[in-house]
Amino acid sequence: MKATQTNNLPKFAISTSKLTRQFGTLTAVDHIELRVPYKEIYGLLGSNGAGKSTLIKMLTTLLPPTSGSAEVGGFDIIKAPAEVRRHIGYVSQLLSADGALTGYENLLLSAKLYGLKKAERTVQIRDALDFMGLAESAKKLVKTYSGGMVRRLELAQAMLHKPAILFLDEPTIGLDPIARHMVWDRLQDLKHKYGMTVLITTHDMEEAETLCDQLAILHSGRINIVGKPSELCAGLGANSTMDDVFAHYAGGLINEAGSYKEIGQTRLTAHRLG
Amino acid sequence: MKRFILESSTVAEVELIKLFRDPTELIARAIQPILWLLMFGQVLAQVRGIHTGHISYLAFITPGILAQSILFTGIFYGIAIIWERDLGIVQKLLVSPARRSSLVFGKAIAAGVRGIMQAIVIYLLALALQVSIRLEPLAIIGMLCSVMLGSGIFATFSLIIACIVKTRERFMGVGQLLTMPMFFASNAIYPLELMPNWLRVVALVNPLTYLIDALRGLVTTGGETIYGYSMDFAVLFGVFFVLLFVAVKLYPTLAE
Repeated sequence: MKATQTNNLPKFAISTSKLTRQFGTLTAVDHIELRVPYKEIYGLLGSNGAGKSTLIKMLTTLLPPTSGSAEVGGFDIIKAPAEVRRHIGYVSQLLSADGALTGYENLLLSAKLYGLKKAERTVQIRDALDFMGLAESAKKLVKTYSGGMVRRLELAQAMLHKPAILFLDEPTIGLDPIARHMVWDRLQDLKHKYGMTVLITTHDMEEAETLCDQLAILHSGRINIVGKPSELCAGLGANSTMDDVFAHYAGGLINEAGSYKEIGQTRLTAHRLG
Repeated sequence: MKRFILESSTVAEVELIKLFRDPTELIARAIQPILWLLMFGQVLAQVRGIHTGHISYLAFITPGILAQSILFTGIFYGIAIIWERDLGIVQKLLVSPARRSSLVFGKAIAAGVRGIMQAIVIYLLALALQVSIRLEPLAIIGMLCSVMLGSGIFATFSLIIACIVKTRERFMGVGQLLTMPMFFASNAIYPLELMPNWLRVVALVNPLTYLIDALRGLVTTGGETIYGYSMDFAVLFGVFFVLLFVAVKLYPTLAE
């Protein structure tokens, strides 16, 4: 199983030009120029309210930009949003698997909405369940799953239609270390085995360092720096850590940014993951 | 068209799986119409203060209570939509290539099936109270269509409110504000002729009035539609398509 190929194989999986989003007088994303190469795990870092989630919402067509443009998989997010949606998978910061359905039913819902043919559905669902290690729990209600299982189910839903690009908004928030490492392993598999490009937002410096090929650090809606984790650490001098990099480029370790709603959603997700 | 049907039916199917897996809501929703028919209906029937032509008061209000039940169930549908939004389910649906129209239409179909469940309860109760119910196939089919359409209207209206207010607290307030005036400004529990002129004007622009008018002809033996089925269904379809159009435009804003 390989990820779907996009129309004219552009140079970058994701590219934006002066992409901007304003909410009233607040500029959440400010003239962002982002280039994400194919088959990389690309991390977006930044303090709460830096614009990471807003950027992902625009790239996944959930939120129209105020100005600027962006292409995802070679498709314009404004002119061809349906094509963009056909070629991406998305795991939201929130816990979006339906607890009142079984794992299989959640996957079947995605398979039908993504237009998989009836014959394909069974095979793809079985493969996705096996890949995520959820085959034995497929018939159980998702509300009985552990936090790590829910996240793996959401990844299974997002990869079911073999998207070229996966968007993950803080996918390991609220997970214990073991569950977190299992999610990382699956993401590496998605990159290496299926050739998927992954754009991930995170607050976890270990995740950024070990998982991501490249990082962009946002501050106040702008990209402050882009580079490989090792380069970013080296750039600040010997013995510098990702925490130092974050503190340097994201406006300080302790910040007071982030809306009440954002914090609430983050805590709700962490709480639901147990 | 095939994709539209598949997507809509998928959304509806998921709703219904959840509904039948945990039927608490269905049971709870059935209590209110039972109270209206058993208490309000039977007491008012004794008073004989409301002239309902050649049918009993209980037969007169049975279609009204069915419509009220559909209104109350449908109008609070938006709460579930806001809950889905808070859980991230709306975002997941909207990132899929499924058409926005099929996502909204699927919700309307699911609301319609909930409405039919209410209709079954009310039919059984009405039969137990010896209200003469029309059981001919055509009347039943007409009733089912009316119930599906009415449920779709109020659920879609509710979805629009949810898209505008976006929080459960605000929604509860607006929902309460809308339901009782819509119910009382209709022909559910008294004929339009008893209303003052200003209220009659309000009732005439209230889609609930046309739903009840159609049901009055379709549900009880001897019940009559005042405006005629063509007019009733034309109004109901017209309102439904306008609301559907608005809801399809607004639904994506829930994920912003």
